[in-house]
Amino acid sequence: MINISINGRLVQAEEGEFLLTVMKRNGFKAPALCHHEAVEPYGGCRLCMVEISKPQWKGWKDLVVSCLYPVSADLEVQTDSEAVIQERKTVLHLLLARNPHTKEIKDLAAEYGIVRSKYQEVAEPDDCILCAICTRICDAMGFSAISLVNRGHGREVAPPLNEPPPDCTGCLACALNCPTNYIKYTDNGMTREIWGKTFEMLRDPQTGMPTITRVFAEYLTKHREIPEEYFGLGDESHRKRTARNFGKIAAWTREETVREEA
Amino acid sequence: MTEATTTTAATRKITSVKDLEKLRREHKAENDKYPKQVMVCCGTGCLANGAAQLVEAFHKALDEREIKDFEVKAIKETGCHGFCEQGPLVVIEPKGIFYTKVKPRDIPEIIEKSIESDEVIEKHLYVDPRDGKKIECYGEVSFFKHQERIALRNLGKIAAHSIGDYIAVGGYQAIAKALTKLTPDEVIEEVDQANLRGRGGGGFPAGRKWRTCRDVEADEHFVICNGDEGDPGAFMDRSIMEGDPHAVLEGMMIAAYAVGARRGFIYVREEYPLAVLHLQKAIDDCHEYGLLGENILGTDFSFDIRIARGAGAFVCGESSALMKSVAGLVGEPREKYIRSVIKGLWGKPTVLNNVETYVNVPVVINKGAKWFTSIGCENNSGTKAFSLVGKVRNTGLIEVAMGTTLREIIYDIGRGILNDRPFKAVQTGGPSGGCLPESMLDLPVDFDSLTKAGSMMGSGGMIVMDDRTCMVDVARYFLQFLVSESCGKCVPCREGLYQLHQMTIAVCEGRAEESDLEKIEELSDVVVKASLCGLGKSGPNPVLSTLRYFRDEWEAHIREKRCPAGVCRELITYTVNEKCTGCVACITACAYNAITGEKKQPHFIHQDRCTKCGACVAVCRYDAIDVA
Repeated sequence: MINISINGRLVQAEEGEFLLTVMKRNGFKAPALCHHEAVEPYGGCRLCMVEISKPQWKGWKDLVVSCLYPVSADLEVQTDSEAVIQERKTVLHLLLARNPHTKEIKDLAAEYGIVRSKYQEVAEPDDCILCAICTRICDAMGFSAISLVNRGHGREVAPPLNEPPPDCTGCLACALNCPTNYIKYTDNGMTREIWGKTFEMLRDPQTGMPTITRVFAEYLTKHREIPEEYFGLGDESHRKRTARNFGKIAAWTREETVREEA
Repeated sequence: MTEATTTTAATRKITSVKDLEKLRREHKAENDKYPKQVMVCCGTGCLANGAAQLVEAFHKALDEREIKDFEVKAIKETGCHGFCEQGPLVVIEPKGIFYTKVKPRDIPEIIEKSIESDEVIEKHLYVDPRDGKKIECYGEVSFFKHQERIALRNLGKIAAHSIGDYIAVGGYQAIAKALTKLTPDEVIEEVDQANLRGRGGGGFPAGRKWRTCRDVEADEHFVICNGDEGDPGAFMDRSIMEGDPHAVLEGMMIAAYAVGARRGFIYVREEYPLAVLHLQKAIDDCHEYGLLGENILGTDFSFDIRIARGAGAFVCGESSALMKSVAGLVGEPREKYIRSVIKGLWGKPTVLNNVETYVNVPVVINKGAKWFTSIGCENNSGTKAFSLVGKVRNTGLIEVAMGTTLREIIYDIGRGILNDRPFKAVQTGGPSGGCLPESMLDLPVDFDSLTKAGSMMGSGGMIVMDDRTCMVDVARYFLQFLVSESCGKCVPCREGLYQLHQMTIAVCEGRAEESDLEKIEELSDVVVKASLCGLGKSGPNPVLSTLRYFRDEWEAHIREKRCPAGVCRELITYTVNEKCTGCVACITACAYNAITGEKKQPHFIHQDRCTKCGACVAVCRYDAIDVA
């Protein structure tokens, strides 16, 4: 354990832990658009930048992205110094120029007193903030069905060749974790549509409700060794089954106690 | 490909230093056998000008003449001399007669006069553009005379793809010395003492990098050679890889021995097909000779090199992006709070150096740190290769001792500005470098001075500009390159450079306001501070350095809506002045019929039809068209 100071307060941390994790644990805030607990830190949005220094640096300061900065002893962190605020404001202006109508960006910008970007807005704005959470989660799931294509300002999230992605299983990890709800999908009863691909859903025999896609269930059975019948049930059925099991355990325990007492 | 010099040497493994020495003598004797040698430059530039046909014509002509006592074999396809604009180049040794722009039809005459006897054919000689003198000898040409070649030492001197030639000029002696006489620590110490700084642009001391890497405990270490030269107009690394591939391999071997690596990679862009070809040939030859593989030179050092080909993204020259690309992933940089020397390729400690850095290593080991530090200036030892391009009379690849002034480079080697126009600026360091004005001409060229002046060494691009270059337009051009080459991972670089580019376009088109200059400066500052990798951090440099030295030009665009250099189309008009003699040259040249007038009467330009293409200015011999 080492000691570091954040905004003048001493906190404890493990050597090499990422600074943002330490900050969050101790109640310090920094905006972060590309951060997601499920995947490795990315360092793309640059909003979680903080100012750091050390006593031995003789007053020299540096701006670092806290999501990727490994902490070391005697670190002094300022989460809202003038330089940090200036940087965040400019980045928000830039983001607002790209996504002028996106609620999440507008709200965050408003927190910093920005209503309109001072830079030129793009011609056809959309809601994608290029945080890459969707593609990183898709990689982590083991599919890599979608990816970031093109370089620079023309970058976008897309399946290969903009065709229905062959590796997509319709698991919705991308869409459900998209911070701006940009990735669209439709559930039409027993089918699901995402990325231009249609999937067949499994049906829960007890409730008659769709559960997950057949392809996804097959994948999980094969690669995660989860029994196939598990996927045939929806959440409600799982809950009922669990409740029944708990009921049985409770009954056994009661019988046991009665027998012991006798 | 004819392997002229190695056909007699048996293809056998070199298993000791003795073997290597024996082979060196054999190859040297083989080379010395010929009274005359013809070196045909087969670098990419000369090949494009027909060097391959030239070699073919040489062989054919010699065959036809059935010269028996005069062996045909001594025609060498060498690497790039660097003087591509004069290509194809032919050098006839031992006198070093230097012929430029040789055509296949000239070959019979050259054989007759310069090879069979000792005559010099005047019409093929190089003419000095400044004094019009014809220069006979290679070493006397102004372009070469003022250079000091270490990294480019073998270019133009040995057959590019021949391991025999490389061994004959003392190749692989440095690795032999390192393996048999020096410990890895001593190798690092030597490189450290020589203060060999990274030639890729960063200028980080190679010795220190190697030591850090060696000190990291891991089951495997890697060495990588960065051959992803992405700066537009730069071709130093390309020429070295094409013309002296074995020197690159030897440098990597020494680095591998020093840090304890068993595997190495050369990252080359696919746009350099000849470099890939020659490197692969060199690697294959080394396998055959036992210079790569298990137990090199009979020691317990084993090392192998593979080529990793890149698709040519500029950002892949950045170390972490490059390593991702080598590993087969999308070349995107990562945050380097943990350096790649500690956690690099596949999470292992990795030494990454530039082609030019590696090529310097064998020289440092052979001649020692003391000799190396005697060249160059304080804290910047050795030499640096540049590609000198733009509005100078001699353009091409050069290598000068560190600390040489810009003036010496531009006026001695480059022979001054084309058409005697005034010098305006020189851009160093590639797209993210900076522009230096005339007042900086006496600046010594080294890592520290250039950085202090607001530019950078970069990998060594050097673009000279004359008074007809608009500095705002230059900034716009380089920003455009960076915008399209930004990987797009982080917001400041992706969006910031884009917005900077948009604002610069507005300045060029006269749409900008006074407050925009402040906005540009403020945004540049944040992009520098907040970007993830070096591309973004140095991205605003074209804007910042032109604002620093040519602010008046920016202000003229914004306040007076005027482009002083007469480049930005939206801000200029072409008008005929009183010098017009009525020669109709411009009327003929104008593709849009925008100029009218009678013979021997002053002409008139119709502004509504003028597209400001500049064709009229180019043809006017009387300086009668004003651009303002």
